[in-house]
Amino acid sequence: MIDHHIPVVRLVNITKSFGDVIADDGVNFELLPGEIHGLLGENGAGKTTLMNILYGLHQPDAGEILIRGEVHQVSSPHKAIELGIGMVHQHFMQVATMSVIDNIILGLKVGSDFKLGRDAARKRLLELCKLYGLNVDPDAFIWQLSIGDRQRVEILKALYRDVNILILDEPTSVLTPQETTELFYTIRKLVDAGLSVIFITHKLEEATSITNRVTVMRDGKVVATKETKKTSKPELAYLMVGREVLFRTKVETREKNSHRDVLRVSNLKVKGDRGNIAVQGVSFTVQSGEIVGIAGVDGNGQSELTQALTGLREVLSGNFWVDDVELTNASPYKVIQHGVGHIPEDLADGIVSDLTLVENLMLNRHYKPPYSKNGWMNERIMESEARELIHQHDIRTSGALAKAGTLSGGNKQKLIVAREISRNPILLIAVHPTRGVDIGAEEYIRNLLVQMRNRRGAVLLVSTKLDEIMDLSDRILVMEKGRIMGEMMREEANIEKIGLLMAGAEG
Amino acid sequence: MAESIRELHPKPWKQWIKRISDANWISTVLVVLLAFLVGGLLILAIGGDPLRAYLVLIKGSFGNRNGFAETIVKTCPMLLAGLSVAIALRTEFWNVGAEGQIYAGAVLTGLASIYIQGISAVIHLPLALLAGALGGGLWAFIPAILKARLKVNEVITTLMMNYIMTFIFSFLVDGPMRDWVSGLNISPQIEKTTWLPILLAKTRLHSGILIAILAAVVLAVILRKTVLGYQIRAVGGNTRAARFAGIAVENTMVKAVIISGMLAGLAGAIEITGVQHRLIAGFSPGYGFLGLAVALLASLNPIGVIFSALLFAALLNGADAMQRWASVPIAMVAVIQGLVIIFSAIRFFFNRSTLKRKAGS
Amino acid sequence: MITQVLTAAFLTAFLAAGIRVAVPILIAALGEMVTQRSGIINLGIEGIFIIGSFTGFTVAYFTKSLFLGFLLGGIAGGLFGLLMGIVSVRFLANQIVTGLGFWIMCGGLAKLLVRTILGIDKYSASSDFNIPRLESLSISYLSKIPVLGEVLFNQNIVVYLTLLSIPLFVYFFKYTRMGLNIDATGENPRAADAAGINVGQVRMLSVTFGGILAGLAGAYLPLALYGVYTDDMAVGLGWMAIVVVPFGKWRPWGILAGSMIFGAANALQFRLQNMNFPLPYQFLLMFPYFVTLIMVILFSRGRSSPSALTKPYFRSEH
Repeated sequence: MIDHHIPVVRLVNITKSFGDVIADDGVNFELLPGEIHGLLGENGAGKTTLMNILYGLHQPDAGEILIRGEVHQVSSPHKAIELGIGMVHQHFMQVATMSVIDNIILGLKVGSDFKLGRDAARKRLLELCKLYGLNVDPDAFIWQLSIGDRQRVEILKALYRDVNILILDEPTSVLTPQETTELFYTIRKLVDAGLSVIFITHKLEEATSITNRVTVMRDGKVVATKETKKTSKPELAYLMVGREVLFRTKVETREKNSHRDVLRVSNLKVKGDRGNIAVQGVSFTVQSGEIVGIAGVDGNGQSELTQALTGLREVLSGNFWVDDVELTNASPYKVIQHGVGHIPEDLADGIVSDLTLVENLMLNRHYKPPYSKNGWMNERIMESEARELIHQHDIRTSGALAKAGTLSGGNKQKLIVAREISRNPILLIAVHPTRGVDIGAEEYIRNLLVQMRNRRGAVLLVSTKLDEIMDLSDRILVMEKGRIMGEMMREEANIEKIGLLMAGAEG
Repeated sequence: MAESIRELHPKPWKQWIKRISDANWISTVLVVLLAFLVGGLLILAIGGDPLRAYLVLIKGSFGNRNGFAETIVKTCPMLLAGLSVAIALRTEFWNVGAEGQIYAGAVLTGLASIYIQGISAVIHLPLALLAGALGGGLWAFIPAILKARLKVNEVITTLMMNYIMTFIFSFLVDGPMRDWVSGLNISPQIEKTTWLPILLAKTRLHSGILIAILAAVVLAVILRKTVLGYQIRAVGGNTRAARFAGIAVENTMVKAVIISGMLAGLAGAIEITGVQHRLIAGFSPGYGFLGLAVALLASLNPIGVIFSALLFAALLNGADAMQRWASVPIAMVAVIQGLVIIFSAIRFFFNRSTLKRKAGS
Repeated sequence: MITQVLTAAFLTAFLAAGIRVAVPILIAALGEMVTQRSGIINLGIEGIFIIGSFTGFTVAYFTKSLFLGFLLGGIAGGLFGLLMGIVSVRFLANQIVTGLGFWIMCGGLAKLLVRTILGIDKYSASSDFNIPRLESLSISYLSKIPVLGEVLFNQNIVVYLTLLSIPLFVYFFKYTRMGLNIDATGENPRAADAAGINVGQVRMLSVTFGGILAGLAGAYLPLALYGVYTDDMAVGLGWMAIVVVPFGKWRPWGILAGSMIFGAANALQFRLQNMNFPLPYQFLLMFPYFVTLIMVILFSRGRSSPSALTKPYFRSEH
C-alpha cells in the first residue's frame, strides 16, 4: 500500500550554479506518493535545472536528494531510472533517425550483447500501449511522427523502464488545446496506476486545473508550496512574479480609414528542411497600421514562412510583394533595403556575441552612409547613434563597447528590437518576440510593437502564446500543417475557436 | 547562506585556471611552454638532452648575425602564411591549402620575372610580387567558390589542391620552364630587376620582411576599420546573425579567402624574389602548414601573428643546428608544431564562455 | 597504345592491384565511419596512418614477424586515436583543429623516430632496410577462374579479412546494442545521455577503434605492399579514407565502393607509369588526388551526416 506520509522524493537545500549564474539556491521540495505536483515558475526560475538534478543530468553543488526516505547520489540518468525516476523533457530526448522501438530500448540491456531483443521489446511495448490507452506504431521512424505522438513515445519510454515517479517538463507547450486535454487524461490514468507525477509549467491555468499541490519558484528559490484547492490563480501569479501581473499593453480598435496593403502574399509554397513542403500555398495581406498575428503550434510552417518572407529560404512557387515591389526570392539584403525589419525566431540569430553592442546595433545599416563611406566605417557616428539607442531602450549593459555576449537574454532581445524598429521599417516581421525574456522586457517589447502599429507601420506577429496574439493583433490567422486554417478579427476571436483551428478543424 | 556561497566556489584552482586562460597572452605563452615541455620529454625519450637541444636551437636562431638574419628570412613567409590562414578562418574557412597557394604564387612570379625582360626594377619587382599574389588568389578562389556555391568541404579541396599544385610545379621545372643548361630540375634564374633588395649586408636578409609586417598591419586595419572587415568579423562571429542582418555571407567568405590566397601567393613570390631567385621544387619546407599553427597560436589576430611567426621561424631555423649539434632530427619541428595546434585547441576548455559561444553557433 | 591497355593481362593486373591499394583506404575508412557515426570527425587519420606504417615496419624489421608488425601498428594507431578522443571528448576541443594538429604531429613523430631508431645516415640509404612482404594466399579452385580468380582469390589474408568484415559492420550497426548506442550518440548525444548511455565513453571507444583501424591500414603499406618504409608512404591515402566516408553515406557497402574507385585510380596511374604512357609522369601521379577532388565535389553535397558530427557534447548547459 502507498504510505501517504513518506514523500517519494525529498530535495533538501539543493544549490546549483552555472558559472556566475545561480540557477537553484537552497531549494527544498517534496513529492508525495500518488500526487500530481505542479512546479510553477517563470522561464529561468530554476524549475528545469532542479528537475535535471533529480534526473541525474546535473550534479548539485550542495544539498541532498532523498528517494523514498533514503539519501541517494543521482549520478546519472541511468541511476535515476534505476531509482524509478523518469523524465519527459521539453525537447524530446529522441533520435529522429531511429524507429520508435529502437528509441524505447535505447540504453537498456535488451537481448544479448551480440543481438538486440527487438521482438520481445515490441511485444512488451504493445502491451503497455494497450494498458494505458496510448497508440503508437513501434516501427515508425520518429521523424515521421506528430508532436503529440512523439510525446507519447517519451511517456512510454519512461513506463517501459518501470518508473513510478514521472517528471513532465512543460509538456503542453507544444500541444494543441485538444491534445492537452488528452494528455491530462493520460496523466490521471498514470496516477491511478500508482505513479507520482511532477508537472513543470509556467501556465497558471494548468497549474490549477490538474495538480493536487503546487510549488512556486522564483529566481532560483522556492517561494511557497500550496494545496491547489486552497489557492487561486491571482495568488499564484503574485507568488510567481513577486508583483501583480496584468499586461496592460493591448491594441485598441483602429479607426477605419484608408489603409494600404503593405505585405501581400499570394499562394506561397516553401520547402522545409527535410524535403517536405512546409508552407503549402498561403495567401494573406498585412495592412499599414495593423498587427496581424499568426497563431499555431510550433512547427506548422510559421518558421519557414517568415524565413521565406525575409529572403532566408527559397520560395518554391507563389509570390509576395512589399509596397507593390515583388520580393519573391530576393536576397535578405534586398528585403531589408525595401524596409522590412525582422526579429528572428531564435534570439541567437540576432546577436553576434563577439562584437560590441555598437557593432551589433549597426548590423543592419553599417554598409551605407553616414555609417560608412567608400568602404570605411565611421565609428564616431555609429557609436553616438548606438549610445542613443541603448539609452532610449534602457538596455542594461556595462558599456556600449562591451561584447554583446555579456548581455542578459532580455536585454539581447531588446537590442534586436531596438535595432530593427529604429530603422523605421514599413513592415516588421516579429517571430516569437517575447520568447524567453523576463516580464519587464516582455511588456516593453509588446509596447514597441503596438507603438509601431499606431505610427501606421505594418506588423506580422508570429507567436505560440495565445494571450499575446489575442492582446496585440488586429487580425488573427491560424496556421496548421503549412496552411492557414482560418482568419478572424480580434473581436470575434476566443481560445476555443483558435484552438479548434490549431488542431486542424476547417474554419 | 554564506555557507552555500562557499559551496558554489569550491575549487579555487579552477577559478585560477579560468582567470589565466581569460587573459589571452598568458594562455598563449602556456601553450608554447607546454608544447616545448612535451617536446623535451620526447627528446629525452630518444636519448637526447632537451636542455642542450633547446639551447643549441636558440643559439642557432638568434646567436649570431647570420643566424638572426636567417630567422627573419624564415619569418617572412611564415608570417604571410599565418595571416593567410587567419583571415580565411575568420570566416570559418579552413584554408589548409596555403602551401599550394604559395607554389601557385611562385609559378606566376616565376613567369613574370623570367620571361618579362628589360624593364625597370621599379615596375618589374612590384609586377612580379603582384603576379604572385594573383596566382595564390586564383588558386584559392576555386575552393572558395566551391564552398560558397556548392557547399563542398574546403579542408579536403584545399588539401587535394596542394598535391595537385605540387605536381604541376614539379612538371613545370622538369619541362617547360626547365633550365636545360644546369641539368637540374630548376628554372633559369629570374631577372635581377626582380630581386628584393638586401637589408643586412653579407646575409640573405631581404626586404620582404617589411612587406610582410606591412601586410599584417594593413590586415589589422581592414578588420577594424572597414566595412569588409566588419562583415568578416560578423560572419565569423555568427554566420546566421550576419545572414539575417542582410550581409551576403558567401560573398564575404569568398572575398576573405581570395585575400587569404593572395597573402599565401605573396609569400611564394617573396621566397622566389628574395631567397631562391629561381623556381625550385620543394623550396617551401611546409610554410603553408606552419601557417596553420602560427595563426591558431595567435588566436587569428594579425599583429599576434607577427610574433608567433617569429617563434616558429626561430624553431625552424634553429632545428638545423639542433640536428647537427644535439642529434635531434629536424622533424622535431613538426612535432612541436602539431603540439602547439593541439594545445591551442584545448585552451578554450578552460574558458567556458568562449566554449558555449562556439558550441551554440 | 589503346590495344595494349585493353588486354586481359593488363585488366587482371590492374584490377588485382586496384583491390590491393583499395584495402588500406577501406580499412581506415571503416574505422573513420565508426568514429564519425559516434559524432567525432578525426581528421588526424593521415597522421595515424603514418604512425601505423612506421610502427608496423620497424617492429617487423626487428622481430621478423609480420603479425607482430600489424599488431603493434594497430596498437600504436589506437593509442593516438585514444589521445585524439581525450582531447576532443574530455577537453571538448575543436575537432578540426585537433585533427589537423594530430596529422602534423604524427607525421613529424614518425620521421623523428625512424631516424632515431634506424639511424639517420643509414636511413638515407633506405634500400638496406627490407622486410619480406605478406604473401598471397590463393584459394585453390576459385583462383583459377580467368580474370576474376586472379583479382579476387589470389590476394593476401588481410584483403580477405577486410572484405569479410563488411557484413559484420552492417550487422553490428543494425543488430547490436553497441551499434545502436554509437548511432544515438552521433545523432543526438543529449538523448543518448538521457537514456543512460555514457556518451563520452562511447565516443572515446569509437575514436580509439578508428585509430586502431587507421594504424592497421598504415601497417599494411610496408608489410603487404612495398616491403620498405619511406617518409611519404601514406601519400594522402588517409585523406582519401576521409572522403570515402561521406561518399559511402556512412554505410559499409558504400564505403567499399568508394574505396574501390580510389584503389583503381591509384592502380591505374601506377600501371600507366610502368608502361611509359605518353603523359608527363607528374600528371599520372596527380590523378588520384584529382579523382578525390572530383569525388568530393560531386558527392559530398546533400549527404545527411550524423547530426552531432563535430559538435562537442557537455551537460552543464541550461
